[in-house]
Amino acid sequence: MTEPATLGRRPRSRQRASALLSRTGVTAMLGLAALYTLLPLLWLVLSATKSRQDLFATNGFAPGRHFALLDNLGHLFQVDDGIYLRWLLNTVLYAGLGALLATAFSVAAGYAFDKLAFPGKERVFGLVLLGVMVPGTALAIPLYLIAAQVGLVNTFWGVFLPGLVYPFGVYLARVFSASYVPDEVLEAARMDGAGEIRTFCRIAFPMLTPAFVTIFLFQFTQIWNSFFLPLVMLSDQRLFPVNLGLYEWYSSALSQGHPQDYLLAIVGSLVSVAPLVVLFLMLQRFWKSGLTAGAVK
Amino acid sequence: MASPSARAQRRTAALLLAPFSVLFAAVTLAPLGYAGWMSLFTTRTSGLGFGGTRQVFTGLANYANALSDPAFRDGFVTIAVYAAVYVPVMIGGALALALLLDSALVKARSFFQLALFLPHAVPGLIAALIWVYLYTPGLSPVVDLLNSLDLHVSFLSADNAVFSAANIALWEWMGYNMVIFYAALQAVPGETLDAARIDGAGGLRTALSIKLPMIRPAVALAVLFTVIGSVQLFTEPKVIYSASSAIGSSWTPNLYVQTAAFTRNDFGLAAAASLLIALFAAVLSFLVTRISRSRSQS
Repeated sequence: MTEPATLGRRPRSRQRASALLSRTGVTAMLGLAALYTLLPLLWLVLSATKSRQDLFATNGFAPGRHFALLDNLGHLFQVDDGIYLRWLLNTVLYAGLGALLATAFSVAAGYAFDKLAFPGKERVFGLVLLGVMVPGTALAIPLYLIAAQVGLVNTFWGVFLPGLVYPFGVYLARVFSASYVPDEVLEAARMDGAGEIRTFCRIAFPMLTPAFVTIFLFQFTQIWNSFFLPLVMLSDQRLFPVNLGLYEWYSSALSQGHPQDYLLAIVGSLVSVAPLVVLFLMLQRFWKSGLTAGAVK
Repeated sequence: MASPSARAQRRTAALLLAPFSVLFAAVTLAPLGYAGWMSLFTTRTSGLGFGGTRQVFTGLANYANALSDPAFRDGFVTIAVYAAVYVPVMIGGALALALLLDSALVKARSFFQLALFLPHAVPGLIAALIWVYLYTPGLSPVVDLLNSLDLHVSFLSADNAVFSAANIALWEWMGYNMVIFYAALQAVPGETLDAARIDGAGGLRTALSIKLPMIRPAVALAVLFTVIGSVQLFTEPKVIYSASSAIGSSWTPNLYVQTAAFTRNDFGLAAAASLLIALFAAVLSFLVTRISRSRSQS
């Protein structure tokens, strides 16, 4: 018992009893926090499998009497001539394509700020940082006003174009470029006679792939999350992203007493969240490195 | 006189910056400028409404109207109460969880990291929907459970709505901040911790006196984003608003803006209020940055 075993990071003798105790304590506290984050998701999954009767009549954290998931899914995709599928496709375009382009623009700009010399660089970068500070929701009405001027209200572009701009992504790309792309490599490429554009496309860009994935994930969640802007900009249901469509179902369930829409909003939420959760599980490495790069540096 | 390579760099920089800059100007700078312009006008209806409408220059009257409107000011009171509850709980909770995770006792670290981060993969609107369902009597297992314990809590009442909204945001962002803090804790040098241990500091003492001060920059940044997030409060209140008549249509400043624009059709007022919110957020972030900087220097 008294041997100074170096198995743990502490001397063992004094700590055995208390370590056991506090190991249980620490795990219990983290376990409680995990219950807090996971139980609402469990509720969502279970509720999506219930019939309307069971939704109100059975405990939310227990399965229902009938397994109605398939019926619910069938209903979800059929209602209003399959409008839900259309919302999903819109969301893929707004968030997927939008984030892809936004990321490409951010990486190009961040690389230029980090590696290239041009006059007024830091002043322009200051403007980008200002863009980081302006809260997105405070921009919704100004965006609406200008979209009204140029005729983009209630169009695809009114929601799509704002998603292409991601100032925080430019900031992140600059940080990433500084740490992932060594100056010597660029010097060598220039010595070999590669043009600047060629150097960026063939040499720097591949080195920035992790930055690309990270920024893409961030902007993807940001657009997927946005609610105020589409709410203000769109009135045509067929242009809605999933968020806005679910909100419509939810509020009509409340205001017009359509209890079947309660269930629609739940099943629709599950179907749109599931791929996102899978994406996050698969790409852990990237969002973790992104959080660190964004916060610690 | 620029060398050919410097000229090439400048040209390339212009090319690489062009897409971002053009779009940034179009969807950020131009709208802000246009909103500034719009905020100086008000729409008057001439005649009995048959003569159409015309724009009348009113100077700063929209700003004065917004600032003197009790509904707008009450929105900021809501935000203040919300932030007073939410910011300490969020930062304290995320810090405590990160320290627990870092305490060298935990197995299944990656499980806990994932489990706590997972809500962040859920869009804010869906998080709000889930929680409002969990707040709704007759549907919610939580309310049922509390009732069976003879605790009758109305989550959607006027008094509790601030806490209910804070809880939704807490659920979404706590794991996110925890991962940031945990990453910062990983960067604390092992020698420092060894030295503390040799000096006889226990786990708690090490956490409070060594680890916390060393991750102060990460904490300051999280505080900043949490405060800006509070000012933007919209999605959760909007969803709660649909479910509860207890809170008004201008419960938070962003709700006020939306109501001004689309219920009262007063775009001048909405533009002025939007810019006031943006200004308020900018001043707040300046203050938070300032305070955290002077703290870390002392």
